[in-house]
Parts: sequence; C-alpha cells; structure tokens
Amino acid sequence: MNVSTEALRDMHLRMVRIRTFEEEAGKLMESGRVPGSLHLYVGEEAVAAGVMAHLRDSDQITSTHRGHGHLVAKGGDFKQMYAELFGRSTGYCKGKGGSMHISDLDLGMLGANGIVGAGPPIAIGAAFSNQYRKTDNVTVCFFGDGASNEGTFHEAANMAAVFKLPVVFVCENNGFGEFTRQERHQAIQDVADRASGYGMPGVVVDGMDVMAVYEAAGEAIMRARRGGGPSLLECKTYRFYDHVGIRGLGVAYRDDSEVLEWRKRDPITMFERKLDEEGLLSAGEAAGIHETALAEVREAIAFAEASPFPDASALLEDVYTATD
Amino acid sequence: MTTVEAKPTRQLSYVAAVSEAFAQLMREDPDIFLAGEDVALGGSVFGVSRGLLKEFGPERVIDTPISESGIIGLGLGAAATGLRPIVDIMFMDFMGVCMDEIVNQVAKMKYMFGGKAKLPLTIHTMAGGGGSMAAQHSQSLEAWFCHVPGLKVVMPSGPYEAKGLMVAAVRDDNPVIVINNKVSLRMQADVPEELYEIELGRAHVVRPGTNFTIVAIGRMVPESLKAAEMLAADGLDVEVIDPRTLQPFDTATVVESVRKTHRALVAHEAVRFGGIGAEIAAQIQEEAFDYLDAPVGRVGAPFSPVPFSPPLEKEYIPDAGRVAAEVRRILGKQV
Repeated sequence: MNVSTEALRDMHLRMVRIRTFEEEAGKLMESGRVPGSLHLYVGEEAVAAGVMAHLRDSDQITSTHRGHGHLVAKGGDFKQMYAELFGRSTGYCKGKGGSMHISDLDLGMLGANGIVGAGPPIAIGAAFSNQYRKTDNVTVCFFGDGASNEGTFHEAANMAAVFKLPVVFVCENNGFGEFTRQERHQAIQDVADRASGYGMPGVVVDGMDVMAVYEAAGEAIMRARRGGGPSLLECKTYRFYDHVGIRGLGVAYRDDSEVLEWRKRDPITMFERKLDEEGLLSAGEAAGIHETALAEVREAIAFAEASPFPDASALLEDVYTATD
Repeated sequence: MTTVEAKPTRQLSYVAAVSEAFAQLMREDPDIFLAGEDVALGGSVFGVSRGLLKEFGPERVIDTPISESGIIGLGLGAAATGLRPIVDIMFMDFMGVCMDEIVNQVAKMKYMFGGKAKLPLTIHTMAGGGGSMAAQHSQSLEAWFCHVPGLKVVMPSGPYEAKGLMVAAVRDDNPVIVINNKVSLRMQADVPEELYEIELGRAHVVRPGTNFTIVAIGRMVPESLKAAEMLAADGLDVEVIDPRTLQPFDTATVVESVRKTHRALVAHEAVRFGGIGAEIAAQIQEEAFDYLDAPVGRVGAPFSPVPFSPPLEKEYIPDAGRVAAEVRRILGKQV
C-alpha cells in the first residue's frame, strides 16, 4: 500500500495526541482533580488513528465508554474535552455529560456512551441517514469484544447488512470485558467470525500496528462509501491501564508480566521505529511532537481549571428542545 | 406555539386518522420516514400505515427485521443526523426489548451532550387490552416513560386526537412516544381533512361540569363520558378532562377544574398501583388540597398481568360502570 509521508505523519500525530491526552487525564483522575471515573485508551491508539485517518468531518462515529481517543482522533478540541472532564461549563457538553458522554456533533462524533453495546443501533441510524440523503458519508461504529455479546450489536449488524448500510463496525478487542478475559466471555477467538453470520466481510488485524489498521479500515470504509455495505473489522489490541483509571480498582485479573509483554508492542513506539528507519520521521522530530502535544494538553488543563462550573440554573436546561 | 384546531368536516376512524396523519406529514416533509416491523408491505398489523408504501416507496416506508433495539437506534441515529423519523414498536409490550435505547439513549442524548443534539423522533406504539391478546400484548405502560426526563408522552383518546397529536408529535423537535389504543382503532369521529396540530402539554375539557372532575386517559375518555351520562341520571354534573399529553402534564387545567368541583378521580387502563394516576392525584392534593371535599380517587387495572380469557379480561379492564361506581363510592364517603 502506497501511503504518503504526510498521511503517515498525520497518523503518528493522532496517536501521540491521544496518548498524551490520556496520560495526563489519568493522573488527574488518580489525584482526584477530575471527578468521576475515566476509561483510558492508552495502548489502543493505533485503532482510532488508523481508522480516523480515512474519515471526513461529515462522516460519523459512535464511541464507547473508552471514548476520549476516538474524539481526539476525530479532531476533538483539547480545551473543550478537558473542560468536560473537569465538569466545567466550557466543556463539550457544558459539564453535563463528562467523560462517558463526551461528543462533538459538528465532527460527527455521536458520543461516548456509558452503556456497553449502545453504539451499534445509533450507528446504523446515522448510516441510514447517509444513505437516505444519498450522500457518500460513512459511519464507523467502535465497540469492544464485550459489546459483541450484547443483543444490540447483533440487531444492528443484521440490519446494517440487510439494508446494505454504509457502516463499518470496528471491534477494539482488548481481550477483556471489564475484568473478564475474552476466553471466559465468548467461545470464539475472533469477533470477526460473527460477520459471516450477517453476510458481511469480517477481517482481523493487528490493532497495535497502525499501518495494518489503516489498510484494512481503508478498504472497509471505501466499500461502505461506494455503496458496498457494511463490514466488520476486528483490531486485536490491549488496554495498558486498568478498566478504570491507571491503577484502577485493584482487581487481580491479569499479571503484570502480560502487560509488559504487550507494552513491548506499544503502537506508538513501534510506529516511530518504523518511521525513523524509513527516514520519514526522526527520533528528534518525534520527541518534538510529543512535547508539543504535552504543551497543548497543559494549556487545555489550565483552561479547564480556570473555567467556571455550570450555574445551578443550568440544571433544568437542555432536557428538551424548544420547537419553533 | 398555538393550538391550531380546525373545524371537523367528516367522520373518520381512529386507524384512518393515524394513517392520514402519516401520509400528510410525509407529503409535507421529505425528511420524514416510517420504519418498523411490517409497516410497509403489511401496512402494520393494525392498519395504521396502510397505503403508505404505495405512495412513498420502500425508501421512506421501511419494513425492518424484528429488532426493537435496532429500530429505536435507527430512529435515534437518523434523528441526531437531521432526519425526522417515525419508528413503530408494534405492541407497547415490546418496549421492554428496547428500553435501553429509549431510556438511556433517546431520552438523554440531548442533555448529556449539553443541549447540542436535536432529536425530532416519534416512537409510535399500540397499547391496551380488550382483544384477548393476553399478558404480553395488552399492557398500558405509559407510566414508565412519563418518569423519564427527555421524553414526551401522548395518549390519544379518539380519532380527532389521534391525528392532531400525531402531527404535533412528529413536528416536535423532541422524542415523543405516541401511545395509541387498539380497541379505539374502530372508533369514528369528526376529523378535519387538512393537517392540524393539537398542542402537546395542553389538556382538553371534554365535558364541562360542576360537581366532580374525572381525569380520563386514552380509552378511558369515552368510558368516562359514558359514566358521566350515567351519573347525570343521579343529578351529578361531571366534568371530564382528557390530558391528551401525559408528559409534559397540564396540571393547571386539572387543578382549575378541581377548585371548582372539589372532587376528583383519575381513570386509566394501566395497573392502578404506580400508575400515572398516582402522580396526578399527588399533584391535585399538592396544589388544591384546601379545595378538596374528598380524597382523590383512582380507577385502574388490578395488580395482575392482563388475563387471556374474555370474562377475566372484561373483569380486568376498567369501564364506564367501574368509573361511575368509584365516583359514587367517593361521594358516599362524604358526610
């Protein structure tokens, strides 16, 4: 596959921005500076970056409880994102949604979601909308291995196939449904196997390899864009941190050695090595990109912390739309 | 928004009023589509979408798989991206299958997103017993949805309301659940030919009276009107109010009535315990306690699933006789 240097560097940037956003967010949660719980995307960056590199602002995505990475990769604004995590009125959702409902409809990001498996039905609605309007927009539905056991996934996959909707189901298989290992929550190894049951292509790729994700996603997204219907793309990936936060709840559900093994295949490190070897991005340049991202994150955190909390009068606003 | 209630011109059945509303709305707005189980080729098992496939084609009138969660998601995703969907859940009893989509997604998306989503979604369904369809095809579960902020809920009592409320629901920029009644589908009434709206959130005094207020919901409106006639023979002048919309609820009209009549009863087909009647009774006592001469009564179904056998089902569903008896009981308690 011929990929321009610009496109490669763009994917690298998206991954670094996600990683930096999440590392700092995790620290803020563990120190108690942001309220509530965060589900961090660290380790899974190649999936969001490799998929989103193919999308336009007019393409939609549905996300999951682990949704920051998707919004960052779709072009989300750090300031509004952090302000939302801090529960401030300047946040994406005016502080009413928080981490698990972060969204940007202008970027086609139809929301992180607190309900596992909630995305697929919404995604087929957006995809239907694209088809109904005769646009060539595509909807990408991110979901996990755990969500692939929810009935909503199966209903949506079937409807997408029978209506030939322009949707790509991207399974981020990180090996765990919360703390339950995949082999204990489903009797198959590849979620992609389920695609054949609905009459759509199913592909498995290494979710730590952004190029593999980029290539497979490109094919599926192009198929959808050209009216060829839905696909299921399974990306085998891994959650470097806990289900919630960095250290999480302290449940002993996996060995540290397992995490270390996966960390050897850190998607950003691997990609930087490759880009450096090919002379497309030097180690020094990469370090500069990390520094810039960190500076942007720090600026966004400062903006968020300086922003006001919502006024109590906002409590009952936004429940309903005033109809003209 | 003002209520545009046009002059009646001809008799139409409840079912034809619903399908006429669908057709006229779809002619008016190309962003409207209708999707659900057997709504296209079959015209819905209740006939509410008969003829629509022929006029609007399969792109706008869509038979879906039997997948209630998928159907609601289809509507939500389409509404969030600018369309104005009508989705059909064949029987209200099936809403348990898609409760997450309705309660956690549809109802909350706007608020969770800080107001940035506009969700002009209509969810149409059929409720009520009377056809020996037993426990899973006969329920009235409106109270579930009235409890959830973000949803609007309407229950049309007759053909005129069925058309006018459907038009208002579809044109509304919020998710609205329209709960029609199966037994009422054959009801005939004067229905204007043109498109008209009945304002959401506005109750209607169906029968003015001075001695007693009956707040009747859905199919209990015609039953309560019959009860009012029975009670008129006893010299009682009963006022019957049809809230038409249950969420938002027009407390003001009900309270104004009770301040005049000093006695009230709420009648609905749903199970009495935890029904919307409990909320209405609570609102009456909160806002008109000093005007009440008797406790607020409630007529509803007993605390059991809906039975199959016709005599048992007849015993189960409230009717005019039971409403009248409850009014007499309340009056008899007074000294």
